[in-house]
Amino acid sequence: MKYYDLLMHDVRFKEASTACMNCGVCTAICPAAEFYKYDPRQIMNIVQSRDDKKIEDLLRSETIWYCGQCMSCKTRCPRGNVPAMVISVLRRFSQELGFFIVSEKGRQQFAVKRTVGDNIINTGYCVHVDHVSPKLHPEQGPIWKWYVENAEEVADRLGANYNKYGAGALRKISKENLDEVKKIFDVTGGSKLYEDIEQYSAEKAKSLKMSIDKEGLNNEYFFHTYIENSNNHQK
Amino acid sequence: MTEKKHFWNEYQKEIADDNYFYERSCIRQSFFPGSETAFLNILRNELGLTIIDDPNQHTCTGIGYHSDVVPFDTTMTICARLFSLMTDKELTNFVPSCVTSFGIFTEVIETWAQFPEELEKTRQFLRKATGREFKVPENIAHPSDIIYKYRKELKKKMKYQLVNCHTGKPLKVVEHIGCHYAKIFSKHSVGGAEFPQVLAGMIEEWGGQVIDYPERRHCCGFGFRQYLVMANRGYSVANTKKKFESMEPYKPDFVLTNCPGCTMFMDRWQYTIAEMEGKTYDEQQMGIPVLTYEELTGLLLGYNPWDLGFQVHQVQVEPLLDKLGIKYDLKDKFTGVTGKYLGEPEKPEYLKVCYE
Repeated sequence: MKYYDLLMHDVRFKEASTACMNCGVCTAICPAAEFYKYDPRQIMNIVQSRDDKKIEDLLRSETIWYCGQCMSCKTRCPRGNVPAMVISVLRRFSQELGFFIVSEKGRQQFAVKRTVGDNIINTGYCVHVDHVSPKLHPEQGPIWKWYVENAEEVADRLGANYNKYGAGALRKISKENLDEVKKIFDVTGGSKLYEDIEQYSAEKAKSLKMSIDKEGLNNEYFFHTYIENSNNHQK
Repeated sequence: MTEKKHFWNEYQKEIADDNYFYERSCIRQSFFPGSETAFLNILRNELGLTIIDDPNQHTCTGIGYHSDVVPFDTTMTICARLFSLMTDKELTNFVPSCVTSFGIFTEVIETWAQFPEELEKTRQFLRKATGREFKVPENIAHPSDIIYKYRKELKKKMKYQLVNCHTGKPLKVVEHIGCHYAKIFSKHSVGGAEFPQVLAGMIEEWGGQVIDYPERRHCCGFGFRQYLVMANRGYSVANTKKKFESMEPYKPDFVLTNCPGCTMFMDRWQYTIAEMEGKTYDEQQMGIPVLTYEELTGLLLGYNPWDLGFQVHQVQVEPLLDKLGIKYDLKDKFTGVTGKYLGEPEKPEYLKVCYE
């Protein structure tokens, strides 16, 4: 199947890419285009060309990982297109086809999966106080460190129900609810995408002779994808 | 100005009166749990409204979805499960606490409206995975929409106004509505992306002056994977820096935010910029306080600042409390739920703080 036809399998691509006239308003408003060597107008142009070789190059590229998903392009496009959503669809197939491990920014999906991705399945939260360690987040500052070290005292003072069953902020989510979340991931392709990211990342880690482990953050490949920056991305 | 106000009247949205299902936010409950507590207290105790906080809820997957590790089919079905919890309670008004979640739920519902086969597919997925059924919400309101709707009623109960008690002049406020509140579907926001009114309406009603500055609509810089991965955080801080450089000449007294992520980033990146570059955007080297709309509402109603959660902000709010004429007990600031004194956080090297 040609890549363009594959992209059309995603409802978001149908909705987000209709007769782009390449005016470049998306690039003008884009925060990522100001920071990175990034031009959403060109991406829309390539996708619209339906050129298989060029689309595969995109799927293997750094450029599709630069978008920050702010959706400013959605507001401004005079034709109602959504380049950020086209980017999401390209990222989906880059991961499903294993092309994401070719690029430095693409490989970072492993770090995102091992943090936010696994948090969802294991705890029912994308992010929770316990997930934001001061070591991995020095920018959070000393008050965050104090909060994390005194999490139950501080959060519960603010009305939370920290890591306890029942209603309330930061509550522990029951096994019954987590089981339903996991079943939804199994039925809808969420678990399969996690497996794809893990499998292709394990191959890359092996080629780099780095440890990866079956889960968790305490391995060489996680820190490689979390910290590595060639500094070859900015304008 | 009159013409402008008339123009945004076209962008009013319907906000349900009562009987809400509350969907908590991963980021808000982690970084600003006091804001979610305050919102529920304000609705129940000040306005006498009904809002359900269901223990069976979970993430909408929004951060995972926008960082592209969660497929759209999965996100739609996770949203459907949350809607089934709402349906179980015989409610139809859905209130997501997060701007990212608000964007996710509106995107999912708009997709279902435009592509009914996607709705049917989602129903089948949810049935197969959990045996659950659901109704699509009749009304989706961000919590700030509800505060905005009842801003006049709340004003009658407020003990303080957004006025500098020393000068008698209105406080100057920068508002930031967050990209996913209005940029995806303007029709679901108050005022749209062009003339955002949801926070501006509160500020003006409560006596403050809204600052319009060049980068008012620019992203805070979260960028999802651009913050989640340490190697990419330069993107995130650069965006916040751009906003603060743009607002600096207007000397705002504080920033009011809609989205919990924006609140956190605009607070924490001020600390980072101060420590990295020896630069703050105020004249006292303390930074510009960043408040959630729940915190602001609670403050003006007379709630204890340390029950609202200002002690977990890196940029200190005491200078703002002084301007508002609000008394506070510094001994209470670092005290936990059991009454235990927890000690003080370490001090930053450059950014000034209100503890020893």
